[in-house]
Amino acid sequence: MKTVGFEPRIVGILCNWCSYAGADLAGISRIKYPANIRILRVMCSGRVEPTFVLQAFASGADGVLVSGCHPGDCHYLEGNYKAFARKELLETLLEQMGIEKERFRLTWVSANEGELFARIVGEMVREIKKIGPFYLPKSWMHELQENKHGFHAEEKEAAVGGGVVER
Amino acid sequence: MSGKLKFAFYWAASCGGCDVAVLDINEKILDVAELADIYLWPVALDFKYKDIEALEDGFLDVSFFNGAVRNSEQKEIAHLLRKKSKVMVAFGSCACFGGIPGLANLYSKEEILSTVYAETPSTVNPEKVIPRPRFSVQEGELTIPEFFTAVYKLADFVNVDYSLPGCPPPVSLIIKAVEAIAGGNLPPVGTVIAGEKTVCDTCKKKKDEKRVVEFKRPHEIIPDPEKCLLEQGIVCCGPGTRGGCGGRCMEANMPCRGCFGPNAGVPDQGAKIASAIASTVVSKSEEEMKRLAAQVADPAGTFYRFSLPDSLLRGKALRRVE
Repeated sequence: MKTVGFEPRIVGILCNWCSYAGADLAGISRIKYPANIRILRVMCSGRVEPTFVLQAFASGADGVLVSGCHPGDCHYLEGNYKAFARKELLETLLEQMGIEKERFRLTWVSANEGELFARIVGEMVREIKKIGPFYLPKSWMHELQENKHGFHAEEKEAAVGGGVVER
Repeated sequence: MSGKLKFAFYWAASCGGCDVAVLDINEKILDVAELADIYLWPVALDFKYKDIEALEDGFLDVSFFNGAVRNSEQKEIAHLLRKKSKVMVAFGSCACFGGIPGLANLYSKEEILSTVYAETPSTVNPEKVIPRPRFSVQEGELTIPEFFTAVYKLADFVNVDYSLPGCPPPVSLIIKAVEAIAGGNLPPVGTVIAGEKTVCDTCKKKKDEKRVVEFKRPHEIIPDPEKCLLEQGIVCCGPGTRGGCGGRCMEANMPCRGCFGPNAGVPDQGAKIASAIASTVVSKSEEEMKRLAAQVADPAGTFYRFSLPDSLLRGKALRRVE
């Protein structure tokens, strides 16, 4: 696995009231943390559907961080519990889909935990650098692209087979 | 339209149930025979591919294609029929979303071939022979279709005009489609010939507060036939599945298995069902939520039972070494 010089792309989906403010605090406090995270703000971690996480991976993210208020602190009272219940199912689903557990995290970061936010991002980047980039199977894309050529199977495509999977 | 219509039926990676569903329209099949000439139907009639190749482009009025695309032959026929047909219908869940065969995308081609040709207890194959697309013998080269690395839905290869989902599509929808074709009043291209609401929305069972205290599998309890199955703890795909099926499973007191695929505008059926199932877990204790989530058996296989090749990730990710 080629990981030298690999900079993971992490999508951070943060709740408006706690974690986004926490990330903001990390910024205004000038705490250093890796620039690998792209932050999206949602009103509540309870808004984060499993679809968002899968969409991020399908669009080329190497990791996804969802972060909300600590249990009991949710601005909408229990949105973060909903996020937690989804996370439990989603983790199993991701595992079955061959996505390592390091690539997805649900964390609680409050508005005054800028340092914690920076630490979490640092940890994620470190762990994902270890396991390498996330790829969807290239052979599938190859088979799909081949289609555009019309209905007769191409010579080279037929030559690919024989039970060898490109990994 | 003047004269008789020209139909083709084809089966790819499917169980054959869709072809049987065509026959299930019973005496209406005579109307179909009255209405249309059939140019290809491998399950019932003996036509050759070269007969289809010899037709003019766009000669056929409608091709009903059932089954997912798993090998190069199926892909070739999909392209051939597309070229020769005015209207292409993805018939059944496999053609629409990959269907049950699509669950093979949780395994690599390597794993599948090794299981089928080496590991199953009834297999004797000491030389580990597996099918190869090309093989040279004294008399020359033998070829068979190539087994792809994944299962695809029909629309991954050709433009599909209409989708008729279901495993198999219910007779009422087949008749609706045939009547629309016969009457010449086809809906806009891209229409899914099914309902617009979810199965859950159209389900007749009594629905109260969706709050699950214990997940059960269908064989573990005898559910109350009046009440919502999900509320009784049975994982039901109804909240994330397109309706229009008539709710036959729920009538038989079985949960929705999701064969009509995602509802309109939903990019990923499994994620939607996961979200709906998780929302029935109402608790503030992390331990309790963990315990309940662990009771849901095989989330990927259950939520994507019919739609894995149509999902955002399409299957299990296999990382490539560069």
